[in-house]
Amino acid sequence: MSEVTVQGGQEVVGVGRIEGPILVVEGAVNVSYDEVVEIQDSRGQIRRGRVLEVGEGFAVIQAFAGSTGLSIDGTRVRFLGNTLHIPVTEEMLGRIFDGLGNPIDGGPEPLTDHYADVNGQPINPTARIYPRDYIQTGISTIDGVNTLLRGQKLPLFSGAGMPHDQLAAQIVRQATLGKVAGAPQTEGEEFAIVFAAMGVKNDVADYFRRSFTESGALTRVAMFLNLADDPPVERIVTPRAALTLAEYLAYEREMHVLVVLTDMTNYGEALRQISNVRGEVPSRKGYPGYLYSDLASMYERTGRIRTSKGSITQIPILTMPNDDITHPMPDLTGYITEGQIVLGRELNFAGIYPPVAVLPSLSRLMKDGIGKNRTRDDHPRWGAQLYAAYAKTQDVRALASVIGEEELSEVDQKYLKFGRAFEREFVNQSFTENRTIERTLEIGWKLLSMLPKKELTRVTLDEIAQYYKGDDASN
Amino acid sequence: MSDQVGTITWISGPVVRARGSRNVGMLELVEVGTERLVGEVIGLKGDQMTVQVYEETAGMQTGAPVYGTGLPLSVELGPGLIQSIYDGVQRPLPLIEAAMGSFINRGARFDPISREKKWKFSPRVKVGDEVKGGAILGAVMETDTLEHRIMLNPDDSGTVTWVAAAGEYTVTDAIAKVKVGKEEKSVSMLQRWPVRRARPFTNRRGANIPLITGQRILDTFFPVAKGGAAGIPGPFGSGKTVTQHSIAKWADAEVIVYIGCGERGNEMTEVLQEFPHLVDPRTGRPLMERTVLIANTSNMPVAAREASIYTGITIAEYYRDMGYHVALMADSTSRWAEALREVSGRLEEMPAEEGYPAYLAGRLAEFYERAGYVDNLNGTQGSVSIVGAVSPPGGDFSEPVTQHTKRFIRCFWALDKSLASARHFPAINWLDSYSEYIDDVAAWWREKVGKDWLTMRNRAMELLSEESRLSQIVKLVGPDALPYTERMVLETTRLIREGILQQNATEAVDAYSSVEKQIRLLELVLYFHERGMAIIKRGAPINLIHDLPVVDTIIRAKSTVTNEEMHKFDDIQKQIDEQMGQLDAEYRS
Repeated sequence: MSEVTVQGGQEVVGVGRIEGPILVVEGAVNVSYDEVVEIQDSRGQIRRGRVLEVGEGFAVIQAFAGSTGLSIDGTRVRFLGNTLHIPVTEEMLGRIFDGLGNPIDGGPEPLTDHYADVNGQPINPTARIYPRDYIQTGISTIDGVNTLLRGQKLPLFSGAGMPHDQLAAQIVRQATLGKVAGAPQTEGEEFAIVFAAMGVKNDVADYFRRSFTESGALTRVAMFLNLADDPPVERIVTPRAALTLAEYLAYEREMHVLVVLTDMTNYGEALRQISNVRGEVPSRKGYPGYLYSDLASMYERTGRIRTSKGSITQIPILTMPNDDITHPMPDLTGYITEGQIVLGRELNFAGIYPPVAVLPSLSRLMKDGIGKNRTRDDHPRWGAQLYAAYAKTQDVRALASVIGEEELSEVDQKYLKFGRAFEREFVNQSFTENRTIERTLEIGWKLLSMLPKKELTRVTLDEIAQYYKGDDASN
Repeated sequence: MSDQVGTITWISGPVVRARGSRNVGMLELVEVGTERLVGEVIGLKGDQMTVQVYEETAGMQTGAPVYGTGLPLSVELGPGLIQSIYDGVQRPLPLIEAAMGSFINRGARFDPISREKKWKFSPRVKVGDEVKGGAILGAVMETDTLEHRIMLNPDDSGTVTWVAAAGEYTVTDAIAKVKVGKEEKSVSMLQRWPVRRARPFTNRRGANIPLITGQRILDTFFPVAKGGAAGIPGPFGSGKTVTQHSIAKWADAEVIVYIGCGERGNEMTEVLQEFPHLVDPRTGRPLMERTVLIANTSNMPVAAREASIYTGITIAEYYRDMGYHVALMADSTSRWAEALREVSGRLEEMPAEEGYPAYLAGRLAEFYERAGYVDNLNGTQGSVSIVGAVSPPGGDFSEPVTQHTKRFIRCFWALDKSLASARHFPAINWLDSYSEYIDDVAAWWREKVGKDWLTMRNRAMELLSEESRLSQIVKLVGPDALPYTERMVLETTRLIREGILQQNATEAVDAYSSVEKQIRLLELVLYFHERGMAIIKRGAPINLIHDLPVVDTIIRAKSTVTNEEMHKFDDIQKQIDEQMGQLDAEYRS
């Protein structure tokens, strides 16, 4: 990234203390909180950092690339007088950047005089538009029972070894603006994808790049890569740089931007590392007390505003350490985001793709984007009924494991069959299968028809009359 | 009015230290830096002051000035509060949007209450009247249905020397003059009150009138009294916010104060877009016309989040003082506690549990104790009821905020992840929740609804806890091993769970249940149980009861019978009689 807009500020030679990526610089005056600095080591190499704390005659600095090779006397710190800004322009689509926003694809610096603060500013709640347009992803477990809307933040909670990358890639490839069931497909609108990788392996970044290429979307994608062997501290900036570009594209260029952030767990670890070095009071599992506010300052940059047609939709990916959903990262994420798609290990073992664990998954905004004039009138109750029936299946399975399937009542046996079919026919679909919303609803009704009518208390009697296909003839 | 009182020496996030005057007061409002950002003095040591700043401090420099104001952090009170939406320190968000666009910049300063708007004032006192603090001097109609009573500042009292004639005035125009001691004070419709000081009242009354919310699991099973305090703890996705919204929509309070404290921006937008279109069932006016919103979302400055709770409760007390019933929702108090923790951490205070400061419990107590049903200074009665959401990390109720909150509330609505997963909403677990107001409000039900609510409610709870015991056995041996009498209990509790406890906030008929409908539903289910049990005891097999068509009718009654069609319940009762009567006749012989 360029020499931002900053005129050279004061320069201090020598630092007082170096501890991990943290430097304490003495003798600097009038330093601004959160200001960017350039750190030059004794061989003339320059790296960047920013101010974390200022006091009388000293400043605490975090070096993005770490402190390797810095010495007490041989280090020069130049204060640039401004917070971290990156250039933002439409030309950044189709390009690849490092975690701080510098091009790494061999191409030139983006040419623009438009720079934006990576920290962004909070959206005024009165300026937002509540999300109501659903995105058809072609995946039944999302469109049918955890519908994603434009302007929503919906994370994927996964674990090591599960196909979250494939699922994210499939969503990105298949996502189109949803329409009322049965209506013809409309023309696509201007869309863009901003992809940020924090501490993931090169293979993962490569997988996404290939997937974008195959779907022909690569020219619409900006990638910000901080890979596993890149400096961890840089990770603090990577998602913010990505979101800063996304905000520009959505709110000034009126595009529909899908932001994929992976893996937020690595981001959290980088934040914890800095907090530890600074000797801050830890809260849970050593994470700093401000983890919630820090995560919110990124997730809340999703949405729609009244002055632009564009939108930002976020899909952060988190691998839950030890598959523990109560770990601070997924936990605090879940409190901020508008739902979560949880991948389940048992389904994955059973060869179900995508292994979406339907019961703990949730889309909070779903209710506002489905139903009459949006998808189909019966959709909300149909979804609740599928959930309720599948939840009941779990109880029946627990019982069956104790007393054996043969001992189950007739109705319970039907639930067992329903549960198996639900996983194999509804949840399971191929990586390339793009289901319409009609198809998803149809499969759901087919499955519900395996149960007696009396069990279907969430849907209305009219809906049963219209869609029920089972052999239960009672009324 | 604001002189420089210090110079900044240290900055870390929202906490700033400055050196200068020794005459700055604790909790004084100050303006920090060249942009004059709003802050509050939270610590003093010699000539050094510690300030929490309510705006983003990025770019602020050491050596910059701090200005004093001589006043504590206060809110403006007067007509125009209703239908407003403020941030945590009472800055009007619509004006910020008009001036700065879609994003909130720093340094925004606007009057919380419009100085231009004129209100039609009618006096209630005359020259020569002796008035005490809180006395009602006059009134304006703030909305078509809400009379805003203009009160004398609670700290003043004296003789009225002049009253404005009925007519139109702005909030800053003098509407009366009162001789306080030797001094004649000019009184306008606007007053300021420090947020951290509870507004005074004469005395507390018992809380024995339920706050009716139209939510069956709350009103029928775990009622909160007007002037009471309730907590809703729950893991993410269990429906805290939906429950809070439902209460804000339907509670029978005259004024609602809704505090979005460190939560999602889209949720506040939802309230803003939905409430003007929803009709208050009692007044027939849009719900927004009784609502004040405080929105300090999770990405807005953390210190202002800490203040938002106090801003909200002070506004609530102000309307209480007029003689109104006010319900305050705080979503979420955990985010407020985290703001305390964050500021405490920056001050390097010694942490107690999980990094929270040792004064967490004290602060929670101060907040919840500002709820109450009281006799006001002016002789009217009013109440502030508090419903606080709690977001325990990992859904673990043993964490400090949930545990301390439990000490200061008397009504606990425990949300349950597994109920939410099965889409049983509201996902309030009936075995973990409790209300200490049950006996207090029983008399109200007898007098106002004319039914023995307490007995029916306890009977239903008894069946539900019986179900919990039986389901342990069912898990081990299957339902077929149970005797028919016990399976009858399971049939009935299914009706209670699906027909009463489950309530769909998004369906027009089901979203709000009148108390009459609630009690009638309960009565029907219990009637079904008694009749069914009698038949079972005569030897009828359980599947005959299970297969009765009326079972489905009862489960669907919540969404097929509106609050106005109470006679339809008589039809359902007739169906029970007919269908059970047939079985009864068969097995009597």
